[in-house]
Amino acid sequence: MKFAVETVAVGVGAFLALLGAAFARDNMFAAHMWVLFFVLLISVVVMLRNVNFSAAKAVPEAADTSGYNDEVVKYGAIATLFWGIIGFLVGVVVAAQLAFPDLNIEPWFNFGRMRPLHTSAVIFAFGGNALLATSFYVVQRTTRARLWGGNAAWFVFWGYQLFIVMAATGYLLGITQSREYAEPEWYVDLWLTVVWVVYLLVFLGTLMRRKEPHIYVANWFYLAFIVTIAMLHVVNNLAVPVTFLGAKSYSAFAGVQDALTQWWYGHNAVGFFLTAGFLGMMYYFIPKQVGRPVYSYRLSIIHFWSLIFLYIWAGPHHLHYTALPDWAQTLGMVFSVMLWMPSWGGMINGLMTLSGAWDKIRTDPIVRMMVIAVAFYGMSTFEGPVMSIKAVNSLSHYTDWTIGHVHSGALGWVGMISFGAVYYLVPKLWHRQRLYSLRLVNWHFWLATLGIVIYAAVMWVAGIQQGLMWREYDEQGFLVFSFAETVAAMKPYYILRTIGGALYLIGGLIMGYNIVMTILGREREEAPIPGSQPAMQPAE
Amino acid sequence: MDYQTMRTFADSWGLLFMVIVFVAVVIYTFRPGSKKKADEIAQIPLKDDDDPNKDDKE
Repeated sequence: MKFAVETVAVGVGAFLALLGAAFARDNMFAAHMWVLFFVLLISVVVMLRNVNFSAAKAVPEAADTSGYNDEVVKYGAIATLFWGIIGFLVGVVVAAQLAFPDLNIEPWFNFGRMRPLHTSAVIFAFGGNALLATSFYVVQRTTRARLWGGNAAWFVFWGYQLFIVMAATGYLLGITQSREYAEPEWYVDLWLTVVWVVYLLVFLGTLMRRKEPHIYVANWFYLAFIVTIAMLHVVNNLAVPVTFLGAKSYSAFAGVQDALTQWWYGHNAVGFFLTAGFLGMMYYFIPKQVGRPVYSYRLSIIHFWSLIFLYIWAGPHHLHYTALPDWAQTLGMVFSVMLWMPSWGGMINGLMTLSGAWDKIRTDPIVRMMVIAVAFYGMSTFEGPVMSIKAVNSLSHYTDWTIGHVHSGALGWVGMISFGAVYYLVPKLWHRQRLYSLRLVNWHFWLATLGIVIYAAVMWVAGIQQGLMWREYDEQGFLVFSFAETVAAMKPYYILRTIGGALYLIGGLIMGYNIVMTILGREREEAPIPGSQPAMQPAE
Repeated sequence: MDYQTMRTFADSWGLLFMVIVFVAVVIYTFRPGSKKKADEIAQIPLKDDDDPNKDDKE
């Protein structure tokens, strides 16, 4: 009987969800428990179909546990792609909703509910699965040990997918605790905590039984990401539910303390989820794809420690000119500016890894993707500190400039490095000679890059215009523009940003096609990328 | 322990402790002889991908 205990456990979970739906104190909780019930019920059916009910064989077929556990990495790579495309699609939809308000379909699909769906789908579903898959792959390769904990890695993977489904359906139902990047309510948060602790145990356990004497730097970044996210998630979500059978909870903090806790979490979600974890990717996949060791290993160590020491203080820059004490605002600004140094040190380290192999940017579209990712890392970690300076922030804050900044980091850095890693991983995991098509990778590269450039440039113009309109006074001291006028002025930019996002989505769809064909074992007959192969001798 | 005591501790002894740890890390990273070791470690990802625990049957 394979997974018999697990199947029973999921079945019990489904029954508890049914009880939750029956005794719910509010309609939203009841609806959400019905969702959970059906998700778990379908899981039970799928799992039952895999259970072998015949009498136990004399020699039970032992699962192969000798090598690396790559099966869960395969699932993670597919989930990355799946959630990525969904997240990009929802992003294009919400961008269109801003430009054309008629697209807001009440009540489930209006902007207020779709926007957290977009942010969570791209950050936690797309980015999170990319981090799960690559961390499990990298930690095994660089420690030369199998993942610790047997099926615990599977629990982490499927548990995390359940978290994503519960978070996403909750948003559409209108369940939110209104905390940026932490919208799921208390019961979903508790579930994520369990999953995350098991993730930490699997990762640490694998490190403990490593066969390499040293822990490679990529694993430091992954570990920092896992540990810090655990800490941030627990503190930020400290809350008291109104009832254990209801969706609503109240934060343990009040007023400005609550705001600071949120942005301590919010900015470190950027620093440790979207930066540290993906730097782990950079420090493994760029050397692998280029075939050269990292430019300076000692610089990578300094990069790690200075990033860890500085990032955790940067959050208050989200609360400039608020009720937060002035010294705390200045502290957030100063630490943000200091972050320039480790960020650029890391960027230079990543780029210089190509020294002696610069031609690969021309001949290998996957290397090109990774390089543009690092370039966007450099660009957005330059822009971020600039925007954290109070004088600049007084213009940029609450405008679309911030959105543009986030997207140049998310689409450019996080997205591109993840695409590069998946393009590297899939042929390895499925034992294919090569990708289905390198030329399609090239298409993906240019569509995505063009999409980001349009998006970021448009949001700069929109944001600065918006900021200037908001602070425009006439000679008598009255505001020149009403708020509605500043909104109306944004329309052309909102349409253009939708186009930028759509280009990025098309790139993602091309990647999906390319990856599916690679998994199916097809190879597209195509001319090689010019310069990628030495010229063939005639009559060979 | 009230708020004032904690923050005074944090911005004096806490700050000093963090700075000392950080400077120590930097010095340790650049100590003489660390370069050779670091270059060895940097090769870890480039070693063979094949699983050392498994006979290669593929």
